[in-house]
Amino acid sequence: MITIKDLGFAYGEKAVLKNITMNLEEGRIYGLLGENGVGKTTLLTLLCGLKKPQRGSIDTDGRNPYDRQPSLLSDQYYLSDEVPAMNMKAADYAKYYGKFWEGFDMDKFIEVMGVLENDPQQKMNQMSFGQLKKTYIAFALACNTKYLFMDEPTNGLDIPSKAQFRKAITKYTREDSIILISTHQVRDLENIIDPIIILDRQDVLLNATLEEISQKLYFDYSSERMEDALYSEMVPGGNIQVCLNQSGEDSKVNIEALFNTVHLHKELIKGIFNK
Amino acid sequence: MEFNSNKSIYLQICDAICEQILSGTLKPDERIPSVREYGSEIGVNPNTIMRSYEKLTADGIIYNRRGIGYFISPDALQTVLEAQRKEFMEEELPQILRRMKLLGIDPSTLVG
Repeated sequence: MITIKDLGFAYGEKAVLKNITMNLEEGRIYGLLGENGVGKTTLLTLLCGLKKPQRGSIDTDGRNPYDRQPSLLSDQYYLSDEVPAMNMKAADYAKYYGKFWEGFDMDKFIEVMGVLENDPQQKMNQMSFGQLKKTYIAFALACNTKYLFMDEPTNGLDIPSKAQFRKAITKYTREDSIILISTHQVRDLENIIDPIIILDRQDVLLNATLEEISQKLYFDYSSERMEDALYSEMVPGGNIQVCLNQSGEDSKVNIEALFNTVHLHKELIKGIFNK
Repeated sequence: MEFNSNKSIYLQICDAICEQILSGTLKPDERIPSVREYGSEIGVNPNTIMRSYEKLTADGIIYNRRGIGYFISPDALQTVLEAQRKEFMEEELPQILRRMKLLGIDPSTLVG
């Protein structure tokens, strides 16, 4: 488990994260959502030890990521949003850099490259942005790490690759892994991210499983207007409306509507989920 | 898998499995994919599949053999038939009848 306690970070005068407290559990694929500039990338880089917490602490199964112990580094991978286009073939990159990760599996790298329809013999600096991204995704999965942090992994992927990514993220990761994916493309990752974390400026607004969310909130897709809707939005064929779940009935969580609801009713949402 | 917009995903997965039992694609005592296998096949979070399997187990439609996997119950077909017939009579049929009344369709024209 990763335990984040009262975590704070500022760039100079500008506070980005303030009082972040949450736990990340094994076997889960967390979706990290938040508006631009709320500190999603900062949080990811803190979790993998690239930055030092200015306040509070991060505990990764008893270790502090900023200590950068080799045993932890070789069991975690951080896929950043921007990836370097190396002057070498993808397969060579994997061969040389894979050595840094204890569980790295070259066969898996080649297999995932195939699944994503990417050529391992192509030079990385001759790849398109999407192809390059896919190379790093294949590399990230082939590292077989327990901790996997991904910043906007579906950015730049073509339509078939997005579907393949959703399948690969469970097929090629360890059962005990803790995966944290930051994204704006919630539709790309719908049905795959659960629990959902919503960050606000300096604060965690929500960290809940889809099951908990559907117990507390009801998502209505009918055309009838609801009086007590916390949020409503017109869509072709009706409305998406979100209200408190009073009947206990189950509904499908729409992540975009959830995000907007949480932003409109921050205190109310924090209240009902922290009970 | 294509999901429609209003039913929760884990229930839609239950429906898909029941559908395959009704059509005979899944047979009694046949093993179904593990939670992670099924999740990666259809691109859905394993926790969601787990919820579906838990519900189907509670309903007596599948059973779990520890360490081996999930299997279709011997009497799953009967269980699904009974549950869905009941649902059809109590929920779907009244809606159809209401709609027929609105459209002025006489039920007797459908028979024969």
